[in-house]
Order: sequence, then structure tokens, then C-alpha cells
Amino acid sequence: MPVEYTEKSLLKYSQRIIELFKNPKNVGEMENPTVTVSEGDPQCGDMMQMSLKIEGNKILDAKFLSFGCAANIATGSAVTEMIKGKTLDEAEKLSIKEVSDSLGGLPALKMHCAVLAHKTLRKAIREYRQKIEELKT
Amino acid sequence: MLEPRNMRVYLDNGTTTQVAKEVLEEMLPYFREKFGHPTFVYSLGQEAADAVERAQEIIAESINAKREEIIFTSGATEANDLAIRGMAYANKKRGNHIITTKVENPSVLRVCERLESEGFKVDYLDVDPQGFLDLNQLEDLINDKTILISIMHVNDEIGTIEPIEEVGKILQELRQRVYFHVNAAASYGRVPIDVERMNIDALSITAHKIHGPKGAGALYLRTNTPVEPVTCGYVSLFPLRPGTENVPAIVGFGKAAELAFDGFEKHVEHMKRLRDKLMNGIEEKIQHVVLHGPRGERRSPANVNYSFKYVEGESVLLHLDLNGISVATGSACSTRKLEPSHVLTAIGVKPEIAHGAIRFTLSRYNTSEEIDYVLEVLPKVIENLRRISPIKAGQF
Repeated sequence: MPVEYTEKSLLKYSQRIIELFKNPKNVGEMENPTVTVSEGDPQCGDMMQMSLKIEGNKILDAKFLSFGCAANIATGSAVTEMIKGKTLDEAEKLSIKEVSDSLGGLPALKMHCAVLAHKTLRKAIREYRQKIEELKT
Repeated sequence: MLEPRNMRVYLDNGTTTQVAKEVLEEMLPYFREKFGHPTFVYSLGQEAADAVERAQEIIAESINAKREEIIFTSGATEANDLAIRGMAYANKKRGNHIITTKVENPSVLRVCERLESEGFKVDYLDVDPQGFLDLNQLEDLINDKTILISIMHVNDEIGTIEPIEEVGKILQELRQRVYFHVNAAASYGRVPIDVERMNIDALSITAHKIHGPKGAGALYLRTNTPVEPVTCGYVSLFPLRPGTENVPAIVGFGKAAELAFDGFEKHVEHMKRLRDKLMNGIEEKIQHVVLHGPRGERRSPANVNYSFKYVEGESVLLHLDLNGISVATGSACSTRKLEPSHVLTAIGVKPEIAHGAIRFTLSRYNTSEEIDYVLEVLPKVIENLRRISPIKAGQF
């Protein structure tokens, strides 16, 4: 707990991260999502669930739930904001760096949070495409 | 999520404390008027030496020691290093075995690991789910090579008061001489310490956890205890701790100890009342909480530590901070290593629960109104974070 209370790192969050932590965007459950996936593990201390509403090839809406730190909540907000209105191909091209940059940079220690949000998004797109494939056959 | 309020409530007194006004006033003359080096015989030097002696006296009296048995250091970390390495080196002809616990502060654990790399053998005692060491295991581990036992008095994370007096008795009854070091950084000024009754040979304390300044600590060392210095240099007042004494901070340490022990029982009762109010309030108002450490008399009066399941500690900490409340967390996310607290792991807390651990540590200056405010804010913070958590009640 104080983890090791004595080994706290010098964490410094950007204003943008604190803003999104205080007032997260797109957080909550979605009614009738096209696809919902989870990534991460509560044992490791961060987990994200993401729901997308997709029509044709376009992401109409995105929402997320978070068990994690401020960086986790902020990156969930950033990713869902960035992909709304985008096509699946465009969303898939979103990079971890773009997510981090949109937040004014993440502390090095918290880069794994951006990775988690990015992985959750990729997984949602992958599962949706699989579902479509299965429907075709 | 919550409207920020102006109230500031500091509940991280186990990490560090605000310097008391009286302490600062006592210190100030020693920066500009009475700035002398305590080794020198001119009056400026004597003034400084007298001030260091007065601080020694106050601190010695507070733990039932003699004045000459108090050595000043830069803090408990340095005191732990000097005590453990110093005693290990001084006794290595007799043996190379040291016993400590798995739940010590890093300032003890890292020193023990270093000694292991130098050829010493260290055993780390297990603790039970409330953090207590096992006296039988300790007795079983003592062998003819054992030279030193180092045990914390109060666990800084979960408030467990270890059975120091019982350990002291065990060591007293041994035929061989095994030295006993106690890290009392978290207990000094909160739990009574008597180095005679507890049969302690070395004890580490620090000023900044009792409303004194940062940069002053002390090692109590029983007369005739063999210790080798671990720092080399010009010897001023303390042969075991060369270098110029931090006189203003030492003066502040003395004053802080005087304030802490003047009305000690009253201060402890006050902290206990606040501790119990906070614990009862949390258990009444918030579901799915897990207490870490024991209840009642064997818990530090200043420590409250709960996990709030299904939420992550750093988020709780930051939301409390946005509302003016300072606490600490056992969450991995607040450390460099991204691993949950070694103490919570040692008492068997599952990682997913350890990540939601929040530590509240009290001081005599906290008030009942502050606890009311925390009990108003905290349930809302937890509720809001649970609302956005993908983990639902009952999942673990």
C-alpha cells in the first residue's frame, strides 16, 4: 500500500489527463451494443471494457468502463472520443502514440494504460469482424 | 464527479507530518543566531552542543533510555542502516545469521538484502493475516550463528503492533547474546516504548512523523552494544555517525518529542477516537470493504487501512485529493514496480483486492469534523468509481 509507500514514483499527470479523470467522456454501459469486449485483469490492477455501436463500416458510438488508475480512465475517454464517427479501418490505424499525444503525453510508468485502451479497441474491432464473417458463412 | 470543496484534510501522517508551529519557532534561532558547530569550544559551539544534549535528554526520557544512548542521524532510514549493518559487521566473528520479517519497511529489507549479498544469512519471518509475526517460528529459527533480530514495532502500512516485549523476553532467556533492533518509525509518539521493559538494544525513530522536521532521526543504542560505523569521516559528537550534526533539525526533533509526550495518553485517546469513528463510518456507509490489520488494542491508534473492492486505489486517492483529502494507497499503480504492496501480499491479500487499498493515518491534530467530512466524501467517491467499473459486486 502504501504499497511500498516509500517507493512512490514521481508521477506527474498532464492537465488534460486530470481533466478527463475528473470528467470522463463516454463512460458507462451501452444499450444494445454491436460488440462488447474486455481486456486486462483486475489482478494486475487495470481492466477495461469497451462497447461499440457499428453500422456498415462506421463506429457510431463508443463507451467504456474502467477498473484502473487515472491514466486508465483518461485513455479510455481519449480512445472512445477519437474513434467516434470513424470507419473501422481508420479506427484500427489509431496508434498508441496518437492516444498518448492527445493527452499531452503519459508518464512513462503509465504507458501500459494507453496500451491497454488500444488493445481493447483492437480486440473489439477484431471480434466484430469475426462476427460478420461467421454470419456470412 | 464531485464538487470540489475548500476543506483540507491531511490523513497521510504515516508518510510525513506538518511541522508544529512550536517546533519551527524552536528551530529558527539555530539557523542564523546560534549556528555554531557543536564540536567547538567557543560559545557558539557550546550553545549548539547544549541544544543537541537537550534534544538527546528529551528523546531518551520518552523511551526510558539514557541520554548518551541517543545518536542523531538523518532519519529512520539511516538509523536502520547503521543499526543493522553496524551490528552485523561488529558481530560477524560470532555468527552471520539475522532474523527479520517479510513486512519490514524497505529501509530494513534492502539493508538485509545487501548483507545477504555480503555473505550473511537472513531469515524473513512470515506473518498471519493480521500482520503478526509468529513467536514460535522465531524461536525455531534462532541458532548458534544468530547475532541479530530486527523487527518493526508498528507496521507502517496496516498498523499491526508486533509483540516486541515478547520477542525481548525470548532473547533475554537465551544463553547466547542475540541483539535486538526495533524500527519504531511508525510507533514513536503513538504507541508507548520502553527500551528496558522491552529489552531492546537498538531502536530507530524519526522526527518528521511526529510533527518535527525532515532530516532528523535517532538511533537509540544500549550502552556497550558492539556496532561498527558504516560512514567514515570527521567525528563530531557521535563516533558512530561522523559528520556535522543537523543542529536545527535536531532541536526541532527534541521539541517535537516534547510536544508528543506531553499529554501522550490524551493524544493517543484522541487518535483512537478518530480511528474508531473513521472505521465505524466506513463499515456503516460503504459495502464490500476489507479491513487490513487487526482491530482494537493491538492496532496503532493512528492507522486505518481498507480495500474498497472493485475500484482501483490510485483513482480513489486522486478523487479524494480533488476534494482536499490526502491519503496513501497500496495500489500497484502508484509505485514504480507496478506490484501491489509487499505487506498486503505477505498477509495474504489477493492482488485484485490489494489494488483497492487505501491507508488513512492520523495525527493528534486531526479533528472529528475532518473525519465527518471524509465520511461524507469517501462513500460518493467509491460509489462513482464503482459505477464506471466493469467489475460488478460479488465478482471477487
